[in-house]
This record gives sequence, structure tokens and C-alpha cells, in this order.
Amino acid sequence: MQSRTITALLAAVAATALTVGSAAAQDNKTVRIGNLSDQSGLYADLGGPGSTLAAQMAIEDSGLLAKGWKIDVIAGDHQNKPDVGTNIARQWYDVDKVDVIVDTPNSGVALAVNQVTREKNKAFLNSGAATSDLSGKACSPNTVHWTYDTWMLAHGTGEAVVKSGGDSWFFLTADYAFGHALERDTTEVVKANKGTVTGAVRHPLNTADFSSFLLQAQSSKAKIIGLANAGGDTTNSIKQASEFGITAGGQKLAALLLFLPDVHALGLQVAQGLTFTETFYWDLNDQTRAFSKRFSERMKNKMMPSMVHAGVYSAVLHYLKAMETFGGNPGDGAKVVAKMKEMPTDDALFGKGTIRADGRKLHPAYLFEVKKPAESKGPWDYYKLVATIPADKAFRPTAEGGCPLVK
Amino acid sequence: MQALYGQLVVGLINGSFYALLSLGLAVIFGMLNIINFAHGAFYMMGAFAAYFLLNWAGLGYWWALVLAPLMVGAVGVLVERTMLQWLTGLDHLYGLLLTFGLALVIQGVFQNEFGSSGLPYAIPAELRGAQNLGFMFLPNYRAWVIVFSLVVCLATWFVIERTKLGAYLRAATERPELVRAFGIDVPRMITLTYGFGVALAALAGVLAAPINQVRPLMGADFIIVVFAVVVIGGMGSIMGSIVTGFALGLIEGLTKYFYPEASSTVVFVIMAIVLLVKPNGLFGRTA
Repeated sequence: MQSRTITALLAAVAATALTVGSAAAQDNKTVRIGNLSDQSGLYADLGGPGSTLAAQMAIEDSGLLAKGWKIDVIAGDHQNKPDVGTNIARQWYDVDKVDVIVDTPNSGVALAVNQVTREKNKAFLNSGAATSDLSGKACSPNTVHWTYDTWMLAHGTGEAVVKSGGDSWFFLTADYAFGHALERDTTEVVKANKGTVTGAVRHPLNTADFSSFLLQAQSSKAKIIGLANAGGDTTNSIKQASEFGITAGGQKLAALLLFLPDVHALGLQVAQGLTFTETFYWDLNDQTRAFSKRFSERMKNKMMPSMVHAGVYSAVLHYLKAMETFGGNPGDGAKVVAKMKEMPTDDALFGKGTIRADGRKLHPAYLFEVKKPAESKGPWDYYKLVATIPADKAFRPTAEGGCPLVK
Repeated sequence: MQALYGQLVVGLINGSFYALLSLGLAVIFGMLNIINFAHGAFYMMGAFAAYFLLNWAGLGYWWALVLAPLMVGAVGVLVERTMLQWLTGLDHLYGLLLTFGLALVIQGVFQNEFGSSGLPYAIPAELRGAQNLGFMFLPNYRAWVIVFSLVVCLATWFVIERTKLGAYLRAATERPELVRAFGIDVPRMITLTYGFGVALAALAGVLAAPINQVRPLMGADFIIVVFAVVVIGGMGSIMGSIVTGFALGLIEGLTKYFYPEASSTVVFVIMAIVLLVKPNGLFGRTA
């Protein structure tokens, strides 16, 4: 009799403990995602509102909402200014209870947010910024660099161009962290393949007129003019290079970083024949087509997703998977990121992959060529696949990055 | 040395945009006393008007050169009638704030509708190709831009400074009551002047469309430099804005050659120096 009472008592205590435990976890099933991007400037179309939508779609596709989680996404505009980006990040982390910042194109801003995120022990899933320092000397236990980086671009596009005979280069470089990193990484590739770099000109971010810089590139007599810039800067340089007869004069352009919205803005007439590297294209396979169709239907201007948008979707989805294994939000960025690194990644857009200890997400990269107008079958049919670079070749080996986390 | 000559020619091309835009600003400031911050937005609307005319109405570049300034100029007239006319006699600051807000609204609407990376607009077939000048490759279109804007600038200067209509205009800004006593409709004259200034901005926008992408922020990126040009030239001085427009284009071109990193700031350095030495600008009348 007495033993039965004790058993019942123990059961009751256990039950109470369980209830309290689950109630505590339930309180914590709230996640807030901040899309810190360029919402209005030259990178707004490749990230911006599209990245907010991508994050929203990942939340919906994670299935966590049906399980009682409360997950929302807010957006902020860093205006391509590191100080503005840092202030928003601090405000979000300290006041607005943001757990994770996503997207953040512009390497200057990304490096600053990387630092703040580490201080506050939150998480930073970068899709939009290119600098390979994010998984190199600036790597952090709180950051995952998802979609692409300058090392990958340099090796993908740079190597292909040098090997096809473009052995002398002149750079048109955007004068900030990203441009410098891309120029540095590409120079290494060119030199490693016995090519030469005859010079470089650094132009301010967001330049409308490239004619002066193009004239300098022209007089350098280099075979290849490497465009170490992005967004509106790249489209303006390409457009004006064709106007100044640069390509007609025998020099070739290497657009080291080109996004789908850029090709759309240029039009195939001007963009045709450009070779470049990306890690995502909407028309790769059935899964990417299905996602892109859903995305495009919800976008205001019906655009297809850029690789940055795809990266935001994939990163948020994996983040939420890691979050789910804890049964609630542990409120510890480094812990969630460590979990993300433990778990293999698998999603419709990038396929199977992994995240390395230095925070580098690994997946294949693709060398594309822009189609001729006659080859394009309809809206957004822009790319021809030239080569696939496997995941283990696409990104910089850990040992070469100088990341303090893996030493 | 060859490259240097090239830079000078390129500087002249940019200078022609500065001149056209600052001319419109100078006309508007001279006649209405309004610092028209919406000028960049109207410049952008000119480029978009060209794009719409081509893609929605099938009317090409040459039509756009005439129709786009008329369309955007009409918007300018509407703005003057419904908003700016109420500011007559008030401090400059009110006009500046109103037009600045207007610019933000216009840019926001375009950005919301068309995204930020821009739309393509091709160079008209007649002006494709380029001339080899020996020291550089000059695209025909750019040569056209220099010549065309120079003609427009000089014609505007001529009308305002040397004709009877210009005399009325100048008189109306100095002594509106007196001119009205002669039976001249001063408010209408002011409205049309604003419309004309806006049309000049739109014209520059059409000229720029084939060179840059047609982007909602194309004016916002440009307008601060153009204001610096106007300040250096002397607020309201017609000839000042034309001469400094071209001169600053040249100086900027040279900076891009010798020290490209400073090319976006050189204009402001010059502005600071000029204001220290001549507070009314190079061609400004002393108050």
C-alpha cells in the first residue's frame, strides 16, 4: 500500500516536472529573423525585398509554424554604410529581440555585422556579401557564409578565363572591402596560372559613368578587363564597354560577379557571351524551377530569384532545422551555429552539402554563359551551363583561409 | 598622353550633363527663387518616359527627345500650379523641403514599381558605332550628346539674356508688380518657366538613358554633384552654370585619370575652395 502511494507520488512529481519543462520550452519557441540588406540602392534587386520573401518562404516550408512556433522576419536597410548596418544590428539584437541576421550584401557592412553578432552571441547567416575573409581571417563561431565568395568567383571565372588564353589582366575594382578582396583573390589565380596583371583602377562604389576607367583599361592593352565590382556598377561598366568599342577592339570583359537581375537589366543584346560563376540558377532542375516559380509569383515585379535569394532561403531553412533539434530557442547563437555545422545540409535549391568549421557552406558552383538573344526561349531564360565545379573544388581549402577557429 | 586627351573628351561629355541639369536649376532659381531638389527625379522621369515611349507606344529615341521633355514638363507645370505657387515670397528653405520630399516620393514610387537595377535602353541605330580619333575611341552617341547639349545650353542662354521674352522674364523676377502693370501674366510666365526647367532635366534624362541603365535612383546619385556645380557657378547665373558644368566635367575626368579614388569628392573640394574665396560663386552677382 505504502509503496503504491510512493509510486503515485513519484509519478505525480515526474509529471509536474515534465509539464514545467515543456512549458518552459514552449515559451521559447519564438524566433525573430532580421533581413539586413540594401533595400533601395544598387544591390536591392539581388537581395533586398526578395531576401525577406525568401526568408518568409523558408519559415513556411520549415513546418515549424504548424508545430506552434512563432517565427517572424523583419527587414532593415543598411544603405551600403557599415555604420548604419552596425547600428541596425545593435538595435535589433538589444531591443527588438532579433536572433539571427540574414542576407547583408556589401562586404564592408557584412564584416561589421559579423563583429557585432559575435559580441552579442547571436547568429549571422550571410548570403549576399562576397569577401572570402568572412570564413578566413574574420571567421566567427556565430557566422555561416552561405552562397558564394570571392575565392570561389576568382577560381571559377578567373581560372576558366586564363586557361582559355586570357593571360594578361587589368582590373576595374570597386573601392571597398569587396572589390579589394575580389581583385586580390583573382590576381592570385591569374599569377598561379602564369598570367600577368598589368594594372588596376579603383572606382568609387555606385559610379554612373565608367568611361574614364574604361579608357584606362583600354590603354593598358591587357587582354582581359576584370570587373571586380557588382550590381549597378557591373551593368554600367559592361554597357559602356560595349559602347566604347572595347570588346570590338579585341579586349574581353570578365564579369567576376554577375547576378541574374544584372543580366535582366542589361538585356541579352549587351550581356550575351559573358562568362561568370554562380551557385544557383532558377532553371537548373525541377526542384529549383518549382521553388523559383513560387518565389516569382509572390514577388512584386515577378522576378526570378537571384543566388542571394536562394542562399537566404536555404540558410534560414537549415537554421530552423537546427533550432528544432533543441525543441525551442536556446537563445545562444554560437550553439545554434555549432548545431548547423554538425548537421548535413539538404534542400531543394543547393542539394546536399555541409558547413565547415570555419563557417563556409559547401555546395557545387556553376560556370555559366549568357545566351544569345536568339537562343533564349522566353522571359528569364538567360543562362547556358558551361561547367559544374564540385563542392570540394569550388571553395578555398580550410588551411589556406587563416581562420583562427580551425588552427 | 593619349589617355589624357581621352579623359578630357570624356570629361566634356559628363560636363554636358552637368551643364544641362545645372542650367535648368539656375533658370528655376533665377526666376522662381526655388531650390529645386526634385530636379534629379525629373531627370530620372525623362529617362523613364523615353523607356515607356519605346516599349509601350513604339516611339523611338528621336520621338522621345521631343515628347519626353514635354510630358515631364507638363508634370512640372502641374507641380508648380498645385504646390510651389503657394510658396511665393517665403524663405528658400520651404521650396527646398517641398521639392526634396517630392523627389523622395517620386523615386520611391518608381523604385517600388521597377526595382533598383534598372531597365535597358539601346542607343538609336543612327548613332551606333564610333570614331577612332587616334588617341581614343569616341562613340558617335557621346559626340552627339556633347554637341546637342551645347546647342541647347547656348540657345537657352540666348533666349533669356538676349531676347524680348527673356527680358520680360528677368523683369518679372525683379519687379513682378511693375511687369503685371504692363498687362503681362506673371504667374503664368513663372509656371511655364518652371515647366521649362523641368523639361530641360527630362531632356538630360533622355540623353542619359542609352548610356546608363534607366534606374529610379539615377537622378539621386547625380543631383548633389549638380547642386555643387550650381553653387560653384553662382546660384541663378545662366552662363555660370553652363561654363562650370563643362569645366567640372573636365576636372572630374582628370581626377579619374590621376587619382580615381577622389573622383567622387573632387567637385566638393572645389566647391569648398570657391566658397571660401568667392562666397557668391564664380559668376554670381554680389548681393
